Amino acid sequence: MLTTARFWRETPQRYRMEAGRCTSCGKVWYPPRRICGECKGREFETVRLPDEGTLYTYTVIRVAPTAFVDQAPYAVALVDLADGTRIMCQLVDCEPEEIELGMPVRLEFRRILGEGEAGMLAYAHKAVPKR
Amino acid sequence: MRDVAVIGVGLSAWGELWDRSLRDLFVEAALNAVEDAGVDSVEAIFVGCMTGGLFAQQEHIGALVADYLGVAPIPATRTESACASAGAAFRTALMAVDSGNHDVVLVGGVEKMTDVDGGGATAALAAASDQEYEAFHGVTFPGLYAMMARAHMAKYGTTREQLGLVAVKNHENGSKNPHAQFPMKVTLEQVLGSVMVADPLRILDCSPITDGASAAVVCPLEMAEKIAKKAPVRVTGSGQATDSIALHQRKDLTFLESTAAAAARAYDMAGCGPGDLDVVEVHDCFTISEIMVMEALGLVEKGQGGPAVEAGETALGGRIPVNTSGGLKSKGHPVGATGVAQIHEIVTQLRGEAGDRQVAGARRGLAQNMGGTGASATVHILEVA
Repeated sequence: MLTTARFWRETPQRYRMEAGRCTSCGKVWYPPRRICGECKGREFETVRLPDEGTLYTYTVIRVAPTAFVDQAPYAVALVDLADGTRIMCQLVDCEPEEIELGMPVRLEFRRILGEGEAGMLAYAHKAVPKR
Repeated sequence: MRDVAVIGVGLSAWGELWDRSLRDLFVEAALNAVEDAGVDSVEAIFVGCMTGGLFAQQEHIGALVADYLGVAPIPATRTESACASAGAAFRTALMAVDSGNHDVVLVGGVEKMTDVDGGGATAALAAASDQEYEAFHGVTFPGLYAMMARAHMAKYGTTREQLGLVAVKNHENGSKNPHAQFPMKVTLEQVLGSVMVADPLRILDCSPITDGASAAVVCPLEMAEKIAKKAPVRVTGSGQATDSIALHQRKDLTFLESTAAAAARAYDMAGCGPGDLDVVEVHDCFTISEIMVMEALGLVEKGQGGPAVEAGETALGGRIPVNTSGGLKSKGHPVGATGVAQIHEIVTQLRGEAGDRQVAGARRGLAQNMGGTGASATVHILEVA
C-alpha cells in the first residue's frame, strides 16, 4: 500500500519531473541516482525533463493490480522524451485502437490513485496524445 | 574448486493446492529429492522463495523448512532473486560445495501462490518490478512483457502467431509430462482467441499461478559415485548476472543482457557453446520470454527466435528441443521454485528417464532462470558425468 512518506520522498520526480545529469559524462538519470551507471561519476546537476516525446512501446492493461482495478482497461507506455530520456507512465485520453508506435505525446499532471483501499491520493505524470 | 554433481531431484505436487501449506510443499519436494539421491542426511539447505511475505505472510523460510524437515540445527538460508530465486539458490549451493564448505547440500525452492486472490497475486508479482517507477503507474508483469513483445515485434517482425506457437509447443510437451499443471494441448486458434490480459499478450501467452516446490541434492562429484543411488549428473557451468530493474533504463528492450552475460560465463566454464547442447529449459513466463531467451542464449541469432519456433527447431525432435517439460507455461510456475524444477527436468533428461518426452541420447543440457523482466538471470549447464 502506498503510504505518505513513501509517496512524499519521490515528489520532486513526480511533481516536477526532476532528473539528475551526470556532470562528467552528461548522462541523464530518471529518477536521479547517486552513482552514474555509465561513468561511475558521483556529481550530478538537477535538470527538469522535457514534457514532450514520442511513444516507444505500450500495452493495454486489462487484468489490473487491486489498486488499479477501477481504472482498467488502461494503457501504460514507455515514452522517449525530447532529450532522449525514456520514462514509463500511463497513456490516457485516447482509445487503444488510436495508439501507434512513434506517435507524439505530451506529459500532463494527473491523478494516479484515488483514496481508499489502495492507500492515499497520488498524482504524477501521464502521457496524452499531442494533437 | 571441487567438481559438483546433482545426485537427487524431487518435486512436490504442483497446482492450486488448497490443502497444502508452504512448508508442506517444500517438505514433500525435499523428501522426494533425498529419496532419489539415496542419502539419509544433508549438511545445509538453500531454499529459493520469491515473496512468501506477500503470498503467505511468511518470511524466514530457511529456518521454517529446516525445522519442518527435522534437520535443525543445520544452516538453512533463503535466497531471493524474484522468479530466479531457485536458480540463485542452486548457484549458492554449488559455491557452498565447490568451495569445500559443505559436502551434501539440499537446494530447492518453494512458492505458495493461491492463498491470495488474483489481484493480490498480481500485486505480489509486481513487487519484482521497480515499485516506484513501474508498479506505481499500474503496470503488471504481463504488461511489462507485453511492452517488450511489442518492441520485439516492431524491431524484428516477430509475429503474433509465432508467440502463440511457443504456447502450442510447450503444451504439447507438457502433455507428455505427468507432472504438468496444465497438460492439455492447445491450438494456435485457441491461443489467439483467448482472453486478452495485456495487449498483445493473452491468457494463453502467460504462465499460470502455481503452488509448488522443487528440490535437489548436490555433493562433490568424487563423493557422488560412493553415496548416490543413481548415476550422478555433473554441473559443468554456472553463471549469474543482473540488468537494470526498470525497463525504461534498458539499453535495448528487445535483448536480455543479463541472460546473455550469465550464459557467457556458464559456456566459458563448461568449455562449450550454444551449438553443443542437447536439451534446454528456459524461463518462458510469457511466450515472448522464450523467444527472447533463445536469442540471448545464442541458440539463434537476434531476431530469429520467432522464425525458429515457427520452423519447429525447438520442438521435440527439432534441432534443439526447448522446454521439454512443458516449460513454465504448461508445467506451472511456482515462482520461487522454478529454477530448481528446471534442473529437475535436465537431470531427468540426462538420466534418460523422461519417458515420452525423452530427447534421445541427451548428454548435455542447459537451464536458464530469470527474475523480473530479466533483471536477474542464472544459467546452469549439466552433463552426464
